Amino acid sequence: MSTLEIRNLHVSVETDSAEGREILRGVDLTIRRGETHAIMGPNGSGKSTLAYSIAGHPKYTITEGTVTLDGVDVLAMSVDERARAGVFLAMQYPVEVPGVSVSNFLRSSVTAVRGEAPKLRTWVKEVRDSMATLEMDPAFAERSVNEGFSGGEKKRHEILQMALLKPKIAILDETDSGLDVDALRIVSGGIESVRAAGQTGILLITHYTRILRYVKPEFVHVMAGGRIVDSGGPELAAVLEDAGYDRYVKVTEPAGTVA
Amino acid sequence: MVTAPVHNGSPDGSSAGTGVGSTATVPVPGSSTGLPVGSRPGVAAGRSDGRPDGRPRPVHSRDPQAHPVPTGREEEWRFTPLRRLRGLLAGPDAADAALEVTVQAPPPVTVEHVGIDDGRIGRVLTPADRVSAFAMTRTERAVVITVPAEAAPEEPVVVRLHGGGGVAYGHLVVEVGAFASATVVLDHTGQATFAGNVELSVGDSASLTLVSLQDWDAGAVHVAAHAATVGRDARFRSFTVTLGGDLVRLSPTVTYAGPGGDAELYGLFFTGAGQHQEHRLLVDHGPRSCRSRVAYKGALQGDGAHAVWIGDVVIGTDAVGTDTYELNRNLVLTDGARADSVPNLEISTGEVVGAGHASATGRFDDEALFYLMARGIPADEARRLVVRGFFAEIVDRIEIDSLRERITAAVEAELGGVV
Ligand SMILES: Nc1ncnc2c1ncn2[C@@H]1O[C@H](COP(=O)(O)OP(=O)(O)O)[C@@H](O)[C@H]1O
Ligand SMILES: [Mg+2]
Repeated sequence: MSTLEIRNLHVSVETDSAEGREILRGVDLTIRRGETHAIMGPNGSGKSTLAYSIAGHPKYTITEGTVTLDGVDVLAMSVDERARAGVFLAMQYPVEVPGVSVSNFLRSSVTAVRGEAPKLRTWVKEVRDSMATLEMDPAFAERSVNEGFSGGEKKRHEILQMALLKPKIAILDETDSGLDVDALRIVSGGIESVRAAGQTGILLITHYTRILRYVKPEFVHVMAGGRIVDSGGPELAAVLEDAGYDRYVKVTEPAGTVA
Repeated sequence: MVTAPVHNGSPDGSSAGTGVGSTATVPVPGSSTGLPVGSRPGVAAGRSDGRPDGRPRPVHSRDPQAHPVPTGREEEWRFTPLRRLRGLLAGPDAADAALEVTVQAPPPVTVEHVGIDDGRIGRVLTPADRVSAFAMTRTERAVVITVPAEAAPEEPVVVRLHGGGGVAYGHLVVEVGAFASATVVLDHTGQATFAGNVELSVGDSASLTLVSLQDWDAGAVHVAAHAATVGRDARFRSFTVTLGGDLVRLSPTVTYAGPGGDAELYGLFFTGAGQHQEHRLLVDHGPRSCRSRVAYKGALQGDGAHAVWIGDVVIGTDAVGTDTYELNRNLVLTDGARADSVPNLEISTGEVVGAGHASATGRFDDEALFYLMARGIPADEARRLVVRGFFAEIVDRIEIDSLRERITAAVEAELGGVV
C-alpha cells in the first residue's frame, strides 16, 4: 500500500531577501493509497506551497522535514523522477506550452511515467474514453497544451492527465476554483472515477466546500498560517461551511496584529 | 506621412504597430520578458525617399565602387561584425571550384547557365550594397531557372550549393510564368565565403514557394540579397532557415508588380555560440490591395550568439487596401546570447486594411519546463518539446516532409549541445 508521509515540513519561498520567507512551518500529513483527504484553508495559508513543494518546484526551498513515498525520500528526487515515482500535481494555474499538442504531450508523459510507449491502438481508445468521461471534444487533442484554454478546459485537462497517469498520490490544487456548476460536476466526476478505482491517494486542496458535495473525503484538514491547525472527518467541512476560517485565522495571528 | 519606428527596448520588450486611418487595425502586441535586446533610437521623421526610420534609401547600383566601404556605423551595417566578412567588402577573387552548384529540376522547368550580361539578370535586383554588387560583377556563370507559364511541377526544383572552402560568388534567377506554380529549394551546405544574389520573379497569378536553407558548416560566411517581385494576384511564400555558418547575413526584399499580390515570409534561425545570423527584410507595398505576412522565429544559445532581425515594411501612397503584419520572436536559451529585433513600419496612406508588427525576445519558459517535468518528462526531452513547439508554427508550414524532418533534427542536434 502506497503511503505519502509528510513530516515537520518547513518551506521557504525565494524572495529578494537572502533568507527567503518561511511559508510552511511544520506540516505533518500522511496519505495512503485509496484515501481521500481535503485540505482547506484561507487564501495565503500555504496550500499551494505544500503542493508545489511535494512536486519539486524550484522556487520553494525545503528548510526542514521530510517527504517520503513508501519510505523513499521524495525530496531527493528531481521533478520528473517524482512524477515517475507516482506523485501527481494538478495545478491551480496550468502552464501554456505553445506549439506542443495535447496528444503529443499526453503520449510523451504517459510514455515517461509507464516506462514504455503505450500501444497505439489501445492508447487511442484509452484517451478517447477518458476524454469522454470528462465531456471533452476529441478535437481538443490537437490544440496546444493549455494555450487559449478556458478555465474549465484547463482543469479538465489536468484531470484527464491524472486519469491517464494513474498516480499513487494525486494532489489537486484548487481544481474546483473558477468552475461553473456544470464544469464542477464534470471535473468532480473525473476525480470520482479515479478515486473509485482505489489505486490513488487523493489530496484535494480547496478553498470552498462546494466540491466536497461531489467528492467526499474521509479526512478534512484545515491549514492556516503554514500549519495544519485542525483535522477531522467530513463533519469538519460542514463546520467550516457554516463558520468559515475566522477562528483559525485569529489563533494563528501573532498577538497585536489583529485589528 | 506617418512613421512608426519601433524599438524593442521597451520595458516589456514588446511592441505593436498601428495602422493609420479609418480602416486601420491594431494587431496584437507581442509579449516577453526584459532581456538583452537591442534598441534603436527612435527617429521620428520619415522621408519619402527614405526607409521607415527616415534613413536614406541605399544606393542601387551594379558598380561596387558606387557603394562606399562601410565603416560599421551605418544603419545597414551597424550590427554586422565587418571583420568577420573575410574581405567580402573588398571583392576578393573567387577560389577555384569553391562552390559546387547542382540543380535538379522537374520538367517542364528549364535550367540555363548564362553570363552575367544576360538580359534576365538585374531585372528584379539591383545591388543595394557593396557585397551584392561584387557578387553581381564577379559571378561568372549565373543560373536561370524558368518555370513556363501555367506549369505546375509537383516536385520541387532543388538547387544544391555545396562549398568546398574559399571565396565564391553566385547569381540565381527564378522566373515563374503567369499561372504557374512551383517550389524552389536552395540548399546551402559545406564551407564557403559566399556572396550571392537571388532574384525571383513571380508572374501574374503565379505561385512560388522558396525555401532557402543555410545549413553551412561552422565557419562559413554567407552574405546574400534575395529580391522577389510578386505579380498581380500572385503568391510568394518563402522559408528562410538559417542554422549553420559563422556569419550569415541575408537581405530578402519583396516588391509587388501589381495589385492583389500576396507574400508570406517565414524564417527560422538557431544561433549557436559565436554565430552571427542577420536577416534584414524589406517589404515594399507599392500597388494597392497587396498582402504581406512576416514571421521569423529564432532560438539563441551559447556565448556570443548574436541574431539580428530587421523588418522594414513600407506602404506607399498608392498602396490603399494593404494588409500587412510582421512578427519576430526570439527565444534566448542561455546567458551570453544577444538578439536585436527591429521592426519598422512606414505608412503613407490612411486606407489600409491592417498594418502591424510585434517583436519579442524572451527567455526559455521555466514554468513550461516544470509543467512538463511534473508529468514525468525528463528535462532534456522537455526542453526539446518546448523548443520544437516554439518553432512549430514555422516548421509545420513547410510542405516538404524531408525538409521538415531535417530542420527538426538539426534544431534538436543544436539543443543537444547544452542539455
Ligand atoms: N513566489 C512567492 N514569492 C513570495 N511570496 C510567495 C510566493 N509564493 C507564495 N508566496 C506567499 O506565500 C503565502 C502562501 O501562498 P500559497 O501557498 O500560494 O497560499 P494558498 O495556496 O493557500 O492560497 C502567501 O502569503 C503568498 O503571498
Ligand atoms: Mg493556492
